[in-house]
Amino acid sequence: MTRVPMQPLLAVEDIHTYYGKSHILHGVSMEVGNGEVVGLLGRNGVGKSTTLKAVAGLVHPSGGEVRFEGRPITRLPAHRVARLGVGYVPEERRIFPLLTVIENLRTGLDRHGVTTARKKELLEKVYAYFPVLAERRSQAGGTLSGGEQQMLAIARAMMLEPKIILLDEPTEGLMPRMVSQIREIIEVLHREHVAVLLVEQNVPLTLEASQRIYILEKGVVRHHAPAVELQVDDAVIHQYLGV
Amino acid sequence: MEFLQTIPFDQLLIQTINGIVTGMILALVASGLTLIFGIMDVVNFAHGELFMLGAYFGVIVLGATGDFWLALVAASLIIALLGAAIYLTTLRPLLGRDPLTTLLSTFGVSLGLQNYALWQFGPVARKIAEPFTGHFSLFYLDYPWYRLVIALLSAAIIGALWLFLKFGTFGIWIRATTQDRVMAQAMGIPVPWVLTVVFAIGAGMAGASGVLFGPLVGVNPTMGLDWILKTLIVVVVGGMGNLAGSIAAAIFISLLEAYAALWVSPAQAVIVSFVVLILTLLFRPTGLFASSAK
Amino acid sequence: MTAQPHTDPLPASREREGPAGRVGEGRHAAIYWTGFSVILALLVIAPLVLPEFWRRFLTEILIWGLLAMSSDILIGYTGMVSFGHSAFFGLGMYGAAASLTSLEPPNLWLAMLFGLAAAAAVAGFVAYFSTRLRDIYFAITTLIFSQIFYVVIFTWTEVTGGENGLTFSRPPLALPGLFSVPFTSQTLHWFVVAVVTLSYLVLRRITQSPFGMVLQSIRENEPRTRAIGYPIERYKIVAVMLSGLFAGLAGVLYAVQNQFAAPDFVFFLVSGEAVIYNVIGGIGTLVGPIVGAAFFLLLREGLSRFFTEYYLIPVGVIFVAMVIFMPQGLLGFMRRWLNE
Repeated sequence: MTRVPMQPLLAVEDIHTYYGKSHILHGVSMEVGNGEVVGLLGRNGVGKSTTLKAVAGLVHPSGGEVRFEGRPITRLPAHRVARLGVGYVPEERRIFPLLTVIENLRTGLDRHGVTTARKKELLEKVYAYFPVLAERRSQAGGTLSGGEQQMLAIARAMMLEPKIILLDEPTEGLMPRMVSQIREIIEVLHREHVAVLLVEQNVPLTLEASQRIYILEKGVVRHHAPAVELQVDDAVIHQYLGV
Repeated sequence: MEFLQTIPFDQLLIQTINGIVTGMILALVASGLTLIFGIMDVVNFAHGELFMLGAYFGVIVLGATGDFWLALVAASLIIALLGAAIYLTTLRPLLGRDPLTTLLSTFGVSLGLQNYALWQFGPVARKIAEPFTGHFSLFYLDYPWYRLVIALLSAAIIGALWLFLKFGTFGIWIRATTQDRVMAQAMGIPVPWVLTVVFAIGAGMAGASGVLFGPLVGVNPTMGLDWILKTLIVVVVGGMGNLAGSIAAAIFISLLEAYAALWVSPAQAVIVSFVVLILTLLFRPTGLFASSAK
Repeated sequence: MTAQPHTDPLPASREREGPAGRVGEGRHAAIYWTGFSVILALLVIAPLVLPEFWRRFLTEILIWGLLAMSSDILIGYTGMVSFGHSAFFGLGMYGAAASLTSLEPPNLWLAMLFGLAAAAAVAGFVAYFSTRLRDIYFAITTLIFSQIFYVVIFTWTEVTGGENGLTFSRPPLALPGLFSVPFTSQTLHWFVVAVVTLSYLVLRRITQSPFGMVLQSIRENEPRTRAIGYPIERYKIVAVMLSGLFAGLAGVLYAVQNQFAAPDFVFFLVSGEAVIYNVIGGIGTLVGPIVGAAFFLLLREGLSRFFTEYYLIPVGVIFVAMVIFMPQGLLGFMRRWLNE
């Protein structure tokens, strides 16, 4: 088990969330260290997306604590959490359909304290990783293909220069060719020392890309192990995911 | 078609200009309303009252300084601030709730504001003097320059709004928030602040319209009622949340009403807008001028 | 994914038999009907003890209460906020006026008939156009329709008396062939009490019927109700017409009480006031709106003594505060209870 430093980048401590009267998360706890790629697996509806939303501040837990770099962010509004360095890439991508590609990127780029030079740098970096976006920079986001939108969604989050990116099912609905591209992107993020909390249905991809895995079932963490262990041990995967 | 021959061409032209002038002011008011609706799903019933109070503050500042343009700017700013205050106290608390409640809330505010104006200023109409007199000859009529100027000014303000939205960071923030409020927050955009500012802008535009419109007719506490009605029709016909649509609808409806006024009394010419609305609802309920989403 | 804990869209899973037919609910029914009788008794005694001003005030409360109650069918039970009630109310008023000004001798029942017919016609018209629209569009459209009728009535001076409206004499309380007595202020009050009470009971019965249940499920979850197979639009149209009928009835009562009809009552602000009574009193309770009307009118009366003019400002403030802090209204907490 990789040793995580005394203070992990992200610590989720026993959070409970409700949706109306439904109790969704029943005390979820997990950690992500600096630059780590951590996978979150589980069947549909167990609360994986909700966990990401709770971290991003889009859902406020009624119990428990979320800490980022040691400080509690549980009750912070989402826009403040983002500014602290938490990037969020939701299921369904949700790029701004009527903004151009470059305008989409600017929603993350136009921040306090970022010099014009730095902005240029960031843009060029992202265009280098995603040449397709450079090509389509003046096109409206809604006209891009599914795969291109996914790239835009990730690129947009990267404009925040985040310390961690929350990825919610990035490969959903994508062609196999694109899936390997996503794999590469996660690799790039890892190289850039950006931590990743990855929610996925694609088990092999997750096992490959992550260092540690949490498995969620009915709103609680049921299993936690290094990815390498789970790559060998199918039984656990079968048990919780029925795959 | 001798009916057509009975229409004097000169009157038609005059009415066209009149229609465009009123249309531009209506467009200015409607832009504010549709902007607010687009970004926060709120139908601001109090919009007419903001228009009315703009006119009144215009009267006050004009009376104090004698400068029309100062009055225009000052009144717009005051109303913008009032708008922000209204948003923060009566709409922000309702954000998560049923959009119905915002309807009721703004309705209550409009009631309060109307009566406030009645109380402070009395029911007798006031007048805002035109900033400059001077007419040019249009056929046999002396057509006041002022009317053309307000049309141009309204167009200029709308144009400025459009530029503001299109370029500049804040414009992107506004558009992003309108398209997906949740993701805007996730991108670090300070959405609560954006919403307040947009409401203030919408209010300010309504206030400005009030001052511009003031010299055309008298200023009285109930003028807001007429305008909220017209504005609502324009916004529905143009497509709610559709800025370009509202502008087009405003001019379209004003022109039709102006032409109708050639045959019937102005009180009845209003029916034209009702008919347009009904037709829109029957055949193109998303808005006559709606091309795509917004 | 755990389903929304909203109960199934048709709360009709509770058997509907009327208050007496349920085990263990006997006590509830007893309390309810006792309370009902007490209030009814008070209303009946009122004209005998109150000075004329307050008697009239009470009658007006009942009439506006009826209007608000009619709009509760839409707002509280079907979930459609309508600003069109002024049209229904006004047309009820003008319909009655038409009968009372044109027919000799003036006949109460014909006035009611005319009024209800006019209101129903308008309601049908409005319903046809607006019910296919959702929420806010529905509200705006009904508002605009109110104004359409306002403008028509205001400008069609030959028929409607335009700005000045119509005045007429009050018809006698008559059963053809049996008796005919002119109304006294007391008998008029009792007549209004009777009509409003009957309306309340009828509406209550309707909201508890299968039809009423469907309306409520439309309010709770429209897509689901539609998915189950109910023709939503048709239900909505009926709801609007029902609502319009009773609003028109209120209009008739107003005409009979005050002996005039004026376009002011068709102006959308009147609808707005009805909505205010609903919210203040508690939507979805039927009685709530009447309480709301009482509260609002009493408040207005009281404040007008202190503020002489422009008492509507504090009223507006109170209303907004209630929308924010007390959205269920005065009787809202009793909603479940009142509906069983």
